[in-house]
Amino acid sequence: MILRHESHHHPLSEKAGHHSHGRLERVLRAGKFAVTTELAPPDSAQAEDVFELARVFDGYVDGMNATDGSGAHCHMSSVAMCALLTNVGYSPVMQISCRDKNRIAIQGDVLGAAAMGVSNVLCLSGDGVQVGDHPEAKPVFDLDSMSLLATIKTMRDEACFLSGRKITSPPKMFLGAAENPSAPPFDFRPHRLAKKIAAGANFIQTQYIFDVEQLRVFMDKAGEMGLLEKCFILPGVGPLASAKTASWIRTNVPGVYIPDRIISRLAGASDQKNEGQKICIELIQQIREIAGVSGIHIMAYRQEEAVAEIVRQSGVLEGRVPWYPGCEDQECLEANL
Amino acid sequence: MYYFRKWSVTHSRKLETLYRFFEPVFMALHPLWNTAGYDRVEKPVRIVEKVVKNLMFDCQMCGQCVLGSTGMSCPMNCPKSLRNGPCGGVRLNGHCEVTPEMVCVWVEAWRGSRNMRGNEAIQRVQPPVNHAYKDSSSWLRVVRQKSATSQNEGRP
Ligand code: SF4
Repeated sequence: MILRHESHHHPLSEKAGHHSHGRLERVLRAGKFAVTTELAPPDSAQAEDVFELARVFDGYVDGMNATDGSGAHCHMSSVAMCALLTNVGYSPVMQISCRDKNRIAIQGDVLGAAAMGVSNVLCLSGDGVQVGDHPEAKPVFDLDSMSLLATIKTMRDEACFLSGRKITSPPKMFLGAAENPSAPPFDFRPHRLAKKIAAGANFIQTQYIFDVEQLRVFMDKAGEMGLLEKCFILPGVGPLASAKTASWIRTNVPGVYIPDRIISRLAGASDQKNEGQKICIELIQQIREIAGVSGIHIMAYRQEEAVAEIVRQSGVLEGRVPWYPGCEDQECLEANL
Repeated sequence: MYYFRKWSVTHSRKLETLYRFFEPVFMALHPLWNTAGYDRVEKPVRIVEKVVKNLMFDCQMCGQCVLGSTGMSCPMNCPKSLRNGPCGGVRLNGHCEVTPEMVCVWVEAWRGSRNMRGNEAIQRVQPPVNHAYKDSSSWLRVVRQKSATSQNEGRP
């Protein structure tokens, strides 16, 4: 007897003008304010551990990024997590870091992921191995985030590999990229965004934003350059657990810049954790007002359970309930599709 | 050498002019290279190219030079070999995430590119590196490719 792979989820139908079958693209193209978050992969070989992590976001997020060895630490692979999550109907974003795989492995993963229904990818260069738990590993960096975007775009739109060889059924992927408006060289950042869009980016998630003014300058410039109509931008935010954590992140996590005023505000609060969440909510509300912002990306490492409350209090969903497994509420389904 | 590397970025415009002058000279020598055989001249040219570019740019001989699009800052000195712009980890002082004592190659590239006439070239999306070209002469490759295209152009 041949056992057929049983999926709990029926893939969504194709929609004209959409790159993917995915729910995240649908929400964004419908002009809804999208919420995405980050899923820290487990250090285990249990599928249930993945579902447990995802469940805390139920009803509050439109997509969740399964990180790919983030911070150069080893965890369950992004492609496997996304396959598991897609199978039950979630809309995960598969992160691909160029640090660990060459072009042969990456293109194979993209096809495999698409075959399992994964419809969003985020193309990253990746942190250097020196920050991780395997600093002696060989950094691959065969592609960079830009050529990775161009590669998957070619696979999707021209149905061929980098080598030119034909793909019989191309991967229908909604293509994402990262940007960091808070990192030097600041003048280059909007141009780099333009370059990412030219390479194929359909949506952008940024690194943590703590300086809204700086983001506004970046977005204004992007607007002037006519980039905001060409892709969806989801700035990144996250709650800081304490002034101490914030200082640690600032010195140890590449690319995260936290202004002194945020750290002193945290230090002065009686309940620092709560204050961190309050700051996060305020940031979301301010960022939302910036022209061209299509959603928000909440990274709450080790504070995942706080995401629902942050989203609720920020009010960005305006009563909309993003789809989640088991949600049968008609309103919830229709509002999203 | 790091000192010369920085000098080259500061003088990117002069170097651009120099490159623009030398390219037609190299192109004009195509019949000579061709008669001698590209394979035979590869070694001596490669040695000269390596010495000069190593001194000026800390060139890593990737064999597919993009200095004209990177403000004369060699992207192969980026610890992540990024050829299309900086990563998101550049330090606030403009130094590299991986090698803190070095200014980010792309902070330099942006600086150099601002002085150049072809300052839009930095916006070109560069294809992935062809690792098969490693340690071969980029100069000869350009001449050979350009001569081949110009010869083909006249054909029906
Ligand atoms: S900081 Fe600059 S030089 Fe260092 S890895 Fe990032 S892009 Fe490369």
